[in-house]
Amino acid sequence: MELSVNYLGLIPLFPLMGAVIIGLLHVFTCNRTRLPEKVYGILACIGPILSFILALRVWVALKALPPESRFLTHDVFTWISVGEFNVSMGFLADPLACLFLLFVTFIGTLIHIYSIGYMSGDVNYGKFFAYMNLFLGSMLVLVLGDGPLVMFVGWEGVGLCSYLLISFYSEDRANVVAGNKAFIVNRIGDLGFVLGMAFLFWGIGSGGFDYLSLSVNADNLAPGIALAVCLLFFIGATGKSAQIPLYVWLPDAMAGPTPVSALIHAATMVTAGVYMVARFSFLYAGVELAGSVIAWVGILTALLAAIFAMYQDDIKKILAYSTVSQLGYMFAGVGVAAYSAGIFHVFTHAFFKALLFLGAGSIIYALHHEQNIWKMGGLKAKMPITYVTMVIGALALAGCPPFSGFFSKDEILYCAFATGHYGIWLVGIVVAAMTAFYTFRMIFIVFHGQARDQEKFDHAHEPPSVMTIPLIILAVGAIFAGFFNLPGVFGGNLMVSQWLEPSLTEVHPYTSTFVEIFVVVASIAAFAVGLKLAWSKYGQGATKPEFSGFSRFAYNKFYVDEAFDRVLVQPYRALGATIWKNIEPNVTDAPVKGASRLYMMLGNAFKVFQAGYVRVYAIYMVVGLSLMTLFLSQSLN
Amino acid sequence: MIHNYLFLSIILFCLGIVGVIARRNVFTVFMSIELMLNAGILALIAFARLHVHMDGHVLAMMVMAVAAAEAALALAVVILLHKHKSKLDTNVFSLLKG
Repeated sequence: MELSVNYLGLIPLFPLMGAVIIGLLHVFTCNRTRLPEKVYGILACIGPILSFILALRVWVALKALPPESRFLTHDVFTWISVGEFNVSMGFLADPLACLFLLFVTFIGTLIHIYSIGYMSGDVNYGKFFAYMNLFLGSMLVLVLGDGPLVMFVGWEGVGLCSYLLISFYSEDRANVVAGNKAFIVNRIGDLGFVLGMAFLFWGIGSGGFDYLSLSVNADNLAPGIALAVCLLFFIGATGKSAQIPLYVWLPDAMAGPTPVSALIHAATMVTAGVYMVARFSFLYAGVELAGSVIAWVGILTALLAAIFAMYQDDIKKILAYSTVSQLGYMFAGVGVAAYSAGIFHVFTHAFFKALLFLGAGSIIYALHHEQNIWKMGGLKAKMPITYVTMVIGALALAGCPPFSGFFSKDEILYCAFATGHYGIWLVGIVVAAMTAFYTFRMIFIVFHGQARDQEKFDHAHEPPSVMTIPLIILAVGAIFAGFFNLPGVFGGNLMVSQWLEPSLTEVHPYTSTFVEIFVVVASIAAFAVGLKLAWSKYGQGATKPEFSGFSRFAYNKFYVDEAFDRVLVQPYRALGATIWKNIEPNVTDAPVKGASRLYMMLGNAFKVFQAGYVRVYAIYMVVGLSLMTLFLSQSLN
Repeated sequence: MIHNYLFLSIILFCLGIVGVIARRNVFTVFMSIELMLNAGILALIAFARLHVHMDGHVLAMMVMAVAAAEAALALAVVILLHKHKSKLDTNVFSLLKG
């Protein structure tokens, strides 16, 4: 049934090796004459490119197999072996993993190429690429792992790399704080993941702890445990994929360099949560309650993040909240058991979000690290390539037909509608309109109207071609990626959904053509309304408005961060200080200090015998030998 | 007959012990140790003769050879000790005092 291929392990190995090589080069040369940047740039791109080529090979190999046995495996070595319990460092490529492999390596490669231009001149050029390669390698481990344990290795790896890269500009304390926040918030989610694994192992772990065995045994899991496992895994997913209530780290993660944001948002990290839920679709399909929770949390996250995005004035924060919002859609999709729709949105989102972030990076690069949209304006004339590609990305994000985002978002909304989740569909439509609004608010303010900061505007220029070419490639992807999964109403046959079928446990809901058309029309109407509002408000050039009332509340992100600080962080700190000042010296330290005092007393008592004179030791020896001889002669008789 | 040899051996050994414990001069201590060694050899030879066995003689020769080597080493140590403190009183060397 499964085919073993030995090149599977190489896919994550190439970027990981790149990370080691670049890291060592950087460490050994950073204090002497630096290597030219080209060396690092080329070394960094080799790993992702080789991985992409192997991903293509995996795809070809999978295509050659009959659909129901599309599994490639490779056990690299035995990782843990305790008695009966064996875990191997094994990799599994099925259609789901293959899809992720393809777009993760492809977009990862483009982002690496783009970074060659974006990061040029940075002191820690080598360190940056070492981390980037490590990030990509961890994500590939996560995707390729053949069980929850190997996935967890990658899961923690991306968490670590996000921390390293978010606080990359570590001279500024705020960036370090942002990195810490991302790491700590992710740890909370990781706890859910670990507990979920423990429950899953307790339930059906004895039959093997890889996906294939687990999916066979999934029916034996008691319903209560299944619910617990599903919800705990979802807590893990809320951490990685930035859902309520753990989304707070993602906007702060904008402290990192822009290509990092692109990598986190498009190819690695945040898609891990959606991937995990889809991976465990055999569990989630049997627990309807967990699905509903996920769908509602997802769509409410989408709504909340869209509200925040409408009021932000940092270009990267707008995009960050749009990612949170789109991730909400994905979770709504997997929540209503439309796993392939959710995964397809991950796929298209990877293209247009990478495009938007890299475009934003171009702007930031051109304006010398200016991120405030109220200091931009009229950049259309200065940066035509960036403008066109960003508009394409914006159209895809806002869900304008026939751009990619439209089809994937529509598929999610259709599945929600067709499975009877009308509330989720309705919120989804509202969020779609808001998405169009905030996306084009950004585009209009940045590119249209008059220059708001004349000095910055005069210095703006199109970035070098090493940065614009990835933009163009991604723009092509953002236009056409949607055509891979055309639904029946547009004359397609859901190619991606069919491709993913062997990996997922789902039933595609079929309703009448009328419903399909109704949903499509509603989506297009939502887009049109959002676009119209954005144009009327910001199309002709606008200045930063004064916020009051609700908009002020939303501008400050509902004070969620402050509330977390007040409710969780401050009491926790107070508790820590209490323990540190009162309990530690009196309760925990006392026995330790007492023990040391006891030993000192004993030592002082025995000190008397250590006279220091040879004669005295000789006496001890004679006495001891005599006693021993006496004892021996007694016992012999 | 063997008793006489063993009594002599015991007397020599006890003299050696008393010498090690009671005397403070490093040389005297060292000589006392040699005395104890030779007391042991004497007992060994006596038993070897009693049992008409050559192993005891061989062992005695070995012990004497080792004692000679030890003497060479110990004398060097004594010289170093003298260099260190210009005295040969064992009570002066009490660095191990607790």
